[in-house]
Amino acid sequence: MLQTNETIKKLADKFGRKEESLLPILENVYEQKHIISEDDMVDIARELDISAAKVYGTATFYSFLETKKCGKYVIRICKTITCMMHGKNQIIKELEELLKVNLGETTPDGLFTLKETNCLGQCHKGPAMLINDAPFTELTPGKVRDIVNKYRQEEKQVAS
Amino acid sequence: MKEQVNLKIDNLSVSVDEGTTILEAAKKINIRIPTLCHHEDLCVAGNCRVCVVEQAGLDRLQPACANPVSEGMEIFTNSLKVRNSRKQIIELLIAEHRAECTTCYKNGKCELQSLTNEYIVGENGFIPLVPLKGYTVDEFSPSIIKDDSKCIRCQRCVRTCDQIQSISALTVAHKGGEMKVSTFFEKPIYEVVCTNCGQCVNRCPTGALTEKVYINEVWDALYNPEKFVVVQTAPAVRIALGEALDMKPGEIVTGKMVAALRRIGFNAVLDTDFSADLTIIEEGNELLHRLKRALKDKDPDVKIPMTTSCSPGWIKFIEHTFPDMLENLSTAKSPQQMFGALAKTFYAQKMGVDPANMVSVSVMPCTAKKFEANRPEMRASGYQDVDYVVTTRELALMVKQAGIDFGSLPDDDYDSIMGESSGAAVIFGATGGVMEAALRTVYEVVTGREVPFDGLNITPVRGMENVREASIKIEDPVPEWDFLDGVEVKTCVAHGLSNAKKVMEAVKSGKADYHFIEIMACPGGCLGGGGQPLPTSPEIRKKRSEAIYREDSGKKIRKSHENPEIVQIYEEFLHEPLGHKSHELLHTNYVARQRY
Ligand code: SF4
Ligand code: SF4
Ligand code: SF4
Ligand code: FES
Ligand code: FES
Repeated sequence: MLQTNETIKKLADKFGRKEESLLPILENVYEQKHIISEDDMVDIARELDISAAKVYGTATFYSFLETKKCGKYVIRICKTITCMMHGKNQIIKELEELLKVNLGETTPDGLFTLKETNCLGQCHKGPAMLINDAPFTELTPGKVRDIVNKYRQEEKQVAS
Repeated sequence: MKEQVNLKIDNLSVSVDEGTTILEAAKKINIRIPTLCHHEDLCVAGNCRVCVVEQAGLDRLQPACANPVSEGMEIFTNSLKVRNSRKQIIELLIAEHRAECTTCYKNGKCELQSLTNEYIVGENGFIPLVPLKGYTVDEFSPSIIKDDSKCIRCQRCVRTCDQIQSISALTVAHKGGEMKVSTFFEKPIYEVVCTNCGQCVNRCPTGALTEKVYINEVWDALYNPEKFVVVQTAPAVRIALGEALDMKPGEIVTGKMVAALRRIGFNAVLDTDFSADLTIIEEGNELLHRLKRALKDKDPDVKIPMTTSCSPGWIKFIEHTFPDMLENLSTAKSPQQMFGALAKTFYAQKMGVDPANMVSVSVMPCTAKKFEANRPEMRASGYQDVDYVVTTRELALMVKQAGIDFGSLPDDDYDSIMGESSGAAVIFGATGGVMEAALRTVYEVVTGREVPFDGLNITPVRGMENVREASIKIEDPVPEWDFLDGVEVKTCVAHGLSNAKKVMEAVKSGKADYHFIEIMACPGGCLGGGGQPLPTSPEIRKKRSEAIYREDSGKKIRKSHENPEIVQIYEEFLHEPLGHKSHELLHTNYVARQRY
């Protein structure tokens, strides 16, 4: 019999082995690993005795859960209509130049992943983006540069 | 009795039971409301919205499939607002759909296509999004093809795989514009827990899920003068094929089907029913052997209950879901594979045909049979035992391609040997049929008398109940089986894999003490198989089932062991049930697979 890894087992113990526990378990795995891998999904399916496809369906439904390896900070720019009209494309262009990656990619140092997402509920203050859980609104190219630099600086301080 | 509710639909009065949906109420007075995500076999989804109707006093249109009637309701199914909205919904669906009907396998049988036809959805619809979508087509499986560019996301397949089969190999992944029907991690269907049962194919309204088609390979073999092409036809094909050729459900077309196959050019038209009879002999003897080891020899290693093994969807399901219970499966191959193994050995010898030049084709009500034929275990003759499997639907197409007017064909008879069968073989096509056939033989072997049921009809195992139990008491057995005296042989029948799962869980936990279990992967048994003519509904399956039992009662021979060709093949070739030859050709083993 295959063994479920400890992380998942503990989470299943904590949240229970019901289908309703799926989302909290996924959230916790993501928090710990910044990714929900194929193997982890299989383990979750086994612990909750549901189909692996269901786990995948749920994991991919929530855009804040990632199933592919991501950077430490995931930048999600709102692509929905209001932000689009407020110039989210310029923001993306600025970020792509700043980070030297295209949309959907992760920087070689593993720090940032650049992605689009659906409406963040900040339409009145668009364009809007999230960096992990933190929202940033009324973005301009200049503002974006400052924000990214701040994150980079913090990283350096932590490292030194 | 339920409370009656009175309402008006398109100004016509109707009264229906409380809880009836608007859709059903309209159907009762012959008003058809178009649907896509709705299916009689499945729970309500209410996601496609083509069934919207107008309700007097309400501004918003209501989906008819998802709303129950209420007293005094006034419904309009064809108002301007309804028409416009319906048309717009269809246009939106088409904007995301690779509408290439002329080259689509579903052409002429597609629910989306007939709606676009009715509503004359023209060129001035929405901007086509298909080029932007990056759709994929999964063609790796020998059974099922999944083409996302034809999917309208109605989720009938997802509900089928979950509710009827309790597998959930398919799910809804992503959301919004990216939402799609997907397997685990978007892997090919071939690599996941899919059983190839084809129930999703039967319920997909479009060409997004279809069977893999082998028609051209079969024609190639038929046109090749070097090849000797034999065909076998499964029990459930003869009672359903007519539906795909302009006949009503429930017509028995055995004779016409044989005539058509001969016209198409098969060198020998033979019958899977023959090998169904053979399955009964082998499997019935295996059951008796197991009972002897368990009850008389007290052998702790023998696994009881024994379950049937003729449904390849069920086999793959148990391999994935209960890999520790594979020893409960009978080792007897399915009738298709018994036939295949004998065709290229016994039959080839008898006809003086080199098995290397023989092409063995089977016509099946089933998509999982395509996978089964491709299993590495199924090469007992030294060749692939069954080369190509075509479904009932594919055979209907071949009949059309050959320009045959099916309805006017005179009845014809199967070739011999391997063409004769008993009524017990015919009922393999219905849930409970294998059990009944086995009991007819086993009881007689053990007691020397016929089963104590009027006209050999073991009615307790018949019907469409999800799970049926029956027990039969052995009294006064012949000396060889005296240890069975007074034993109540407990049997259970289940169809649809969600029911199979319940039964097997009960067995696993020790709550059930059956001796013999029949399981068919598809609702209704093979007659509701994933390769049968479309559409499918409880009513159609009932008609097919009635036809099967009619065919049985009309047969001269009703018991497998009385089929003279079965007697002959044991005399000439196999010698004895479970003997050396049988083990080599007619029995198999199973593999444990991943559950997740
Ligand atoms: S799925 Fe239906 S509408 Fe789409 S191309 Fe095929 S036949 Fe046409
Ligand atoms: S073929 Fe059967 S098991 Fe496979 S996805 Fe379809 S319904 Fe599920
Ligand atoms: S594959 Fe077919 S049944 Fe499944 S969602 Fe798409 S159109 Fe509907
Ligand atoms: S449209 Fe961007 S936050 Fe709502
Ligand atoms: S058929 Fe009613 S919403 Fe799809």
